[in-house]
Amino acid sequence: MPTISFDQAIEAALAQAMAEDARIVILGEDVHTLRRNLFVRFGRDRVRATPISEAAFVGAAVSAAMAGLRPVVEVYMVDFLGVAMDALLNHAAKLTTFSGGRWKAPLVVRAPCGGGYGDGGQHAQSLWGWFSHIPGLNVVVPSNPADAGALMLTALADEGPTLFMEHKLLSEDWLGFLGRGGRDTVSFDVPTDGAHGQGPDFWQPLPLGEAASLRDGDDLVLISVGVGVHRCLQAAEKLAPDGIAAQVIDLRSVAPLDEKAICEAARRTGRVVVVDEDYMRYGLSGEIAAVLMAADIKARFGRVCTAETIPFDRRREEATLPNVSRILARARGIMG
Amino acid sequence: MPHTKPDLPLLYRQMLRSRLFEEAVRDLWQAGWIPGEMHLGLGEEAICAGIVMQLRRGDAMALDHRGTPPLLMRGIAPDSLLKEFMGAPDGLCGGMGGHMHLFAPEQLTASSGIVGAAGPTAAGFGLAAQQLRPGTVSLAFFGEGAVNQGMLMEAFNLAAVWKLPVLFVCKDNNLAITTASDTVTGGRLADRARGFGLAYFAADGADVEAVWRVADKALRRARRGDGPSFLHFECVHPEGHFLGDPLIQIARQPGDQLKQMAPSLLKAAVRGRGASVGKRVGSLTTISRLVGRTALKEIWGRHDPLAKCRKKMKLDPRQLDAIAAAVKAEIEAVVARATNAA
Ligand SMILES: Cc1ncc(C[n+]2csc(CCOP(=O)(O)OP(=O)(O)O)c2C)c(N)n1
Repeated sequence: MPTISFDQAIEAALAQAMAEDARIVILGEDVHTLRRNLFVRFGRDRVRATPISEAAFVGAAVSAAMAGLRPVVEVYMVDFLGVAMDALLNHAAKLTTFSGGRWKAPLVVRAPCGGGYGDGGQHAQSLWGWFSHIPGLNVVVPSNPADAGALMLTALADEGPTLFMEHKLLSEDWLGFLGRGGRDTVSFDVPTDGAHGQGPDFWQPLPLGEAASLRDGDDLVLISVGVGVHRCLQAAEKLAPDGIAAQVIDLRSVAPLDEKAICEAARRTGRVVVVDEDYMRYGLSGEIAAVLMAADIKARFGRVCTAETIPFDRRREEATLPNVSRILARARGIMG
Repeated sequence: MPHTKPDLPLLYRQMLRSRLFEEAVRDLWQAGWIPGEMHLGLGEEAICAGIVMQLRRGDAMALDHRGTPPLLMRGIAPDSLLKEFMGAPDGLCGGMGGHMHLFAPEQLTASSGIVGAAGPTAAGFGLAAQQLRPGTVSLAFFGEGAVNQGMLMEAFNLAAVWKLPVLFVCKDNNLAITTASDTVTGGRLADRARGFGLAYFAADGADVEAVWRVADKALRRARRGDGPSFLHFECVHPEGHFLGDPLIQIARQPGDQLKQMAPSLLKAAVRGRGASVGKRVGSLTTISRLVGRTALKEIWGRHDPLAKCRKKMKLDPRQLDAIAAAVKAEIEAVVARATNAA
């Protein structure tokens, strides 16, 4: 299997699907340059640059999906979905229910997310919890190239609207574009195994809502998505010499949530730390705590999340986002 | 007593100050002192100076992602801006905002990196001006790419029906990152603005005197209570969309960048199961035009506001040198203080 980047995996999976299904179209600002390879291969009708009008083109993608296309609509960053929230919240997510199950919107929304390169709090959010709050939306957050390509096929095959979130620290293209800008005078804490990895020659979808256990351990379980997964793996590595064996679970999607995998791990280890780059309040970490309580599982619980508006200053940004030392402190805290 | 004529040497000095400050920011960004994206207002100096230098106490500004020149010209200390860009606790916003999220409550100035957001913000500032501070105004700065954003068009309408004292200032370089705006914008901007009931003014955005004159008219209207205007100025961005802009990098070092891009583009052009050959050639043409447009253009051309102003002022070279030396010394001292403190 060849080694590929996170971006190449998504592009390869998309190209494979687009070659098979002429209903798949890509819409978004600057896609003629950002997705130039697909633009050249599939032409301007299927890779269509939009004006800066998110409310219109995300809304139009929903109804285009209702009328037979399979749109992949891109926004520059998940933060900007605020402008188009209505299309997802009140339209895409409600359609199946409102139509008595007779109508679907098979739509994929691609949104870069996450911080760690000093772009300020309007350009660094994760927000998967915000979208997962809404019944009727799938929210996938891949943490490596193999999952990213496979989950893109999953999203394309699914009959419902799916938000596909790409962390900018995993994406060489986005990080190069927004963070590095051709400089070698700045550096980033990029998880190597997340940005590059193995990819198959022929892509197969993964089941939606199935977590992956990336490391075994009986003493506690660290649960995360996206870049957080890699921070957890690093933390688990550092806990090992102290005799603490940590399991690491990559949820891969926030909605649907793999409650079974979460409950099994919590039952077995009795200790759970959720590492969530998204906001702490009313989010993934609270949801997991509720799932455990509802299942009558007695486990010690901790969470490492983003509690505040993300600072621009990189030192304070780094301290605000979940990092390895915060995970270690929390993990050691619930061991005692 | 309002001026009836622009004070060109004063405007020139402000433009030069903004230019040299932003060039220093560019160098510091390149050297890694400033993280993330960095959008400069290089090329927009005349638009900013011609309008902002006519503001008075109590006037408000809603800025986009190129907020440095208007803030400098409104009297914000360059030290506090530079320190903000470097993330220092004593920056304008304590290092919490960065260059796209700049706020100055005393100057009633707010910024946003959300394209189009300046529209509603200026409308609200205009509403407060109308009710609390009659005779004051608010400005919205945005690019031509933003005019397709719903919230901006909704703000046009709100300002028109409420007769708000707002100047909607469109800085038009006909390029939104890598999209030629005329390919994604229906109709003409003049018609669009008038269709919303806004007074429409246009002038050469590199000519500070021309900008000053139309701004003077629009400001008088707004201060009198005659309602909002749309001011339309053309300009160029010599550093591209943001520092490190790939199109500009291609223009400067065609070999390196194209070598990276070309193999995958060629592969895409010949892969089976895709569009017709004609369509593929069409896409390749679009991309190469975009690259060519950036690479071939003498970017400043007639569009350098400073060069234009120098021609008009007819100051003798010694006077020009004196201005340049004073501004340069000021900016060098700002840079030295910020880098020594870090
Ligand atoms: C709502 C929203 N959509 C997209 C973006 C990404 N973006 C930042 S600047 C920009 C282009 C803006 O073009 P224009 O308004 O012409 O201003 P210019 O950058 O040319 O000065 C885009 C698409 C954003 N910041 N906000």
